[in-house]
Amino acid sequence: MDSGAPEENRAPPIEVRGLTMRYGPLVIMEDLNFQVRRGEILVIMGGSGSGKSTLLKHLIGLKAPAEGSILFEGQDFHQADARTRKGILRRMGVLYQNGALWSGLTLAENVALPLEEYTELDARSIGEVVSLKLSLVGLRGFEAFYPSEISGGMRKRAALARATALDPEVLFFDEPSSGLDPISASRLDDLILQLRDSFGTTIVVVSHDLESIFKIADRALFLDIKEKTMTAMGTPQALRESPPSDEVRRFMTRTSEAGPDARLEAGPETGLQVGPEPGSSLDSSASHDMKTPRRRKEP
Amino acid sequence: MTTMGLEVRREAEALVIELVGDWELSHAIPRLGPLLENDSQAPAAEAVDFDATGLGSWDSSLLTFLQQGMIHCEAHDLEFRSDNLPEDIARLLELARAVPEKETERASAAVSFPSAVGTGGLAAWDSLVAAVAFLGEATDSFLRLFLFRLRMRWRDFWVVVQANSSGALPIVTLIAFLVGMIISFLGAVVLRRFGAGYFVSYLVGYGMLREMASLMTGIIMAGRTGAAFAAELGSMKITEEIDAYRTLGISPVDHLVVPRVLGILVTMPLLTIYAGFIGILGGMVVAILVLDLTVTQFVGGLMSAVTLPDALLGVFKGTVFGLIIGLAGCMKGMQTGGDASAVGKAATSAVVLGITLIIAANAVIDWLAVLLDV
Repeated sequence: MDSGAPEENRAPPIEVRGLTMRYGPLVIMEDLNFQVRRGEILVIMGGSGSGKSTLLKHLIGLKAPAEGSILFEGQDFHQADARTRKGILRRMGVLYQNGALWSGLTLAENVALPLEEYTELDARSIGEVVSLKLSLVGLRGFEAFYPSEISGGMRKRAALARATALDPEVLFFDEPSSGLDPISASRLDDLILQLRDSFGTTIVVVSHDLESIFKIADRALFLDIKEKTMTAMGTPQALRESPPSDEVRRFMTRTSEAGPDARLEAGPETGLQVGPEPGSSLDSSASHDMKTPRRRKEP
Repeated sequence: MTTMGLEVRREAEALVIELVGDWELSHAIPRLGPLLENDSQAPAAEAVDFDATGLGSWDSSLLTFLQQGMIHCEAHDLEFRSDNLPEDIARLLELARAVPEKETERASAAVSFPSAVGTGGLAAWDSLVAAVAFLGEATDSFLRLFLFRLRMRWRDFWVVVQANSSGALPIVTLIAFLVGMIISFLGAVVLRRFGAGYFVSYLVGYGMLREMASLMTGIIMAGRTGAAFAAELGSMKITEEIDAYRTLGISPVDHLVVPRVLGILVTMPLLTIYAGFIGILGGMVVAILVLDLTVTQFVGGLMSAVTLPDALLGVFKGTVFGLIIGLAGCMKGMQTGGDASAVGKAATSAVVLGITLIIAANAVIDWLAVLLDV
């Protein structure tokens, strides 16, 4: 947590060089090149199925690159020995899409486990750190609850407490606002901003929630499912005002039509006023595709 | 309300299809292909046009007919004129024609024999590699456990011990008792023919202690505990709990596999001893009721025949089976991928793998026992 201004000349927290991602023979993305700067919030954007979560799995070391490399402060995770790997993993935290709290453990035990694994603290001190972490995410008093006994939003915050237990230098978020109501989602966004501002944590977020992207992102990169590579990198405002491709423009302005003269310009409602029998099977099947993309859930 | 219908006429090079009446899905949907074939007028039509002035109400049946017609026209180089269709229908057709967002790369259904063999071989190789990797990780964890370098999660261990001891007793009691009776019945039929009914206690004693107690307990536990391990770890895989261990640099094998395998490893020998005892009891009941032996005769025969090594062989087998069940269940659970249905598959394959390996191991141990004259 003391990684602040004086360490500007260190290697970037994460550097991706010529990364190709594959599932078996199926290429997901190729030739990805980018750096994550220290202390920034970088959002990985892209449509459903574009490989955002797969990229995250590569960044956190769960999947090995098919080609290219991922450097964590200059060290290649997959080339490193076990000790270096463990050192890298200790310095990063991950908030999974649904929290991924260990269901057999209470919230306190969940947050305590990384501390027990990596520190020499006695049980009492660990208990105190756990209470601090839980109260920072607004869950004071929930120490003895099991993950199944609390709501989805609370689970995510508890998972954030676990991810930050060891004060990581880099935090990864997989779809932080998915499955949350607008208030909980915004609260989680506030927590993300606060982590960066007060601890200087470098944060990488996978998201397709535009509102959240504009609120938290310093920079955003866009994975284009058709081009199979990243087609844009910049501040969200810049990407909306001068999008480098039509796909980016559509994503950033939340529109579904291909060009300015598209047929459905009039809006989905008029497109649906067809067929003399309202509520027939035709209506429901046709309307499904014409709705604008859903925002908070993967379809 | 008029029923749906089609009128076909020729206008110059175009085949005009007049759509009339109310189109409903409850009626059969016509096809464009036969209509074109029935058109005998030469030269053959170069375009298909529509006349919808007589069209009543319509639903997906009309759209299906039109979409199939559109595909037919594209395939046969005919012009498909949608200009005279009502605007809303034309718009829906256009929507249906839009290029899919992503090229579908699903392999075609027909697979040649060599390619099926190759794919199968590669899959088998992959699963062998995965099994070796899992066993390596498990060996590493157990070595650290014995060197006291692993922080054991005793709670999970005791949960497994409880589920495999008091929790499993009723079913083990029932099955072992019945198996003991079955062996005794078998002895009654075969041995009585030679006037050797007295020796039924030999059969029951050897049969239960050397073979059936460990085998039946193993099969019950594979179905009960092996499946439970696979389902538990499988759902943890899907909720990313196992990934969460990995990205914290904590071995999920240490935390999840070791307590479970150790739990079943400790309880299986105990259950085997118990099952052997109950099985002999079951055999004795049949011997007394059917063969008119007395308790003294039965127990006397048992004591003169069965030795401690027989019982120890059974206990050894039970221990090996426990290891197999625990590792197979945990491995299938850790290898679960994808969605909720994968959990069911993992549990099923854990049971199948567990039982197969148990029976194979039983054969190997029996062979070795004969060779070593145990």
